[in-house]
Amino acid sequence: MSKLTLNGTSFVNLANETVLDTLLRENIQIPNGCHQGICQACLMRSVDTPPPVSAQVGLNPTLQKQNYFLACICHPEHDMTLTLSEQQAVFITARVLQKQLLTTDIMRVVVECDTKITFLAGQFVNVLRHDGLIRSYSIANRPQADNRLEFHIRRLPNGQFSSWIHDELAVGSILTLTEPQGSCHYLIDSKTQPLMLIGTGSGLAPLHGIIRDALEQQHSADIHLFHGSRHHEGLYLVDEMRELATKYSNFYYTPCLSGDNVVPDTVRGRAHDVALSSIQTLKGWKIYLCGHADMVNDSKRMAYLKGVALRDIHAEAFYLAE
Amino acid sequence: MSEVQDTTASLFDQLGGAAAVEAAVDIFYRKVLSDYRINRFFDNSDMEKQAAKQKAFLTMAFGGPNNYSGKDMRDAHAKFVKMGLNASHFDIVMEHLTATLVELNVPPALIAQVAAIAESARDDVLGK
Repeated sequence: MSKLTLNGTSFVNLANETVLDTLLRENIQIPNGCHQGICQACLMRSVDTPPPVSAQVGLNPTLQKQNYFLACICHPEHDMTLTLSEQQAVFITARVLQKQLLTTDIMRVVVECDTKITFLAGQFVNVLRHDGLIRSYSIANRPQADNRLEFHIRRLPNGQFSSWIHDELAVGSILTLTEPQGSCHYLIDSKTQPLMLIGTGSGLAPLHGIIRDALEQQHSADIHLFHGSRHHEGLYLVDEMRELATKYSNFYYTPCLSGDNVVPDTVRGRAHDVALSSIQTLKGWKIYLCGHADMVNDSKRMAYLKGVALRDIHAEAFYLAE
Repeated sequence: MSEVQDTTASLFDQLGGAAAVEAAVDIFYRKVLSDYRINRFFDNSDMEKQAAKQKAFLTMAFGGPNNYSGKDMRDAHAKFVKMGLNASHFDIVMEHLTATLVELNVPPALIAQVAAIAESARDDVLGK
């Protein structure tokens, strides 16, 4: 018999019961449907021990890696601490090490976490202000031993949170973060798949982490980055990306400008139009999209129609909350 | 002594179960979205949610475990019936379903069974 813990309360998983059986018997409201591991309504996550592999059948590799499982087909082998998707709040404190303007409105912020931080390049964290205001920001670096996280934070018009970060947050001050989450990250088992990454504005942040991670892990197929902005001033890390493209023969960088000006060494057009028209068929490709929600949603559909499998579309859409 | 064993596998198992649904959704939904005759009924919708719905539909048609409810199907399609959804559109979806299964090398006898189950949703989808 295993012990299941959810929101601080423990339940005994009786012989032959699935996790869902136990929770429903205890009158815990869990979304559920087919009870056969097909519909995925009862998706949950184990916070501590990995769930049985048999309870992860059909989930995409990203979710599997993050210990998500289906409660209705999970016969626990150990005690498990559970959470419904994304609801747990483990807080991390971090000190601001560096602030640097990358463009007129995008600030690079580097923080050092007080405790060891585990994340996958491309994930995001929620950042909390002292008054409780919360915003999500993508992590722009890849995991290393230094416990640092880097963010690219765009100042939004009338953005309470982003203005506070740009104008008031001082180097040396302490930030509160939630643990990294999100399924838009590099997967080592995709090593031989060509990658297409499309980002607009500060949507470059997670893509930067993913590219660094893929190159570091010796991704063998081609990697194509398309970074878009309206004006030339909105492009950043241009030199770094060009250097990477020189250093790695399988990395291609295309900066795109959707505004009217013609600028040397950039392509005119919206990044996702340029990207998706550049290649005839995308069968077998993996695609990462990050930026404005409309761009992300359009691109998902276009990429899918060009042959990208649903499981190979990874996206982080920015919805403006401010 | 021994229990009587049912030697005939279910349609769902013969088709390959959940993995087969997974493979079929990817092909089927792409066909539907690419077809100008019907894709207006799918415009402006969240692709993941749409794909999940197609998955539920295919699971049902494959004879798999499902929560199929005629009323839900009716309610979900009512607005499309107002937009002009009719039998010809349902026929097109059925064509894509068959073509998907052919592409996956499903034997004709099984395709016929899947088509028959899917066909049973026709009246609910069209609000008849």
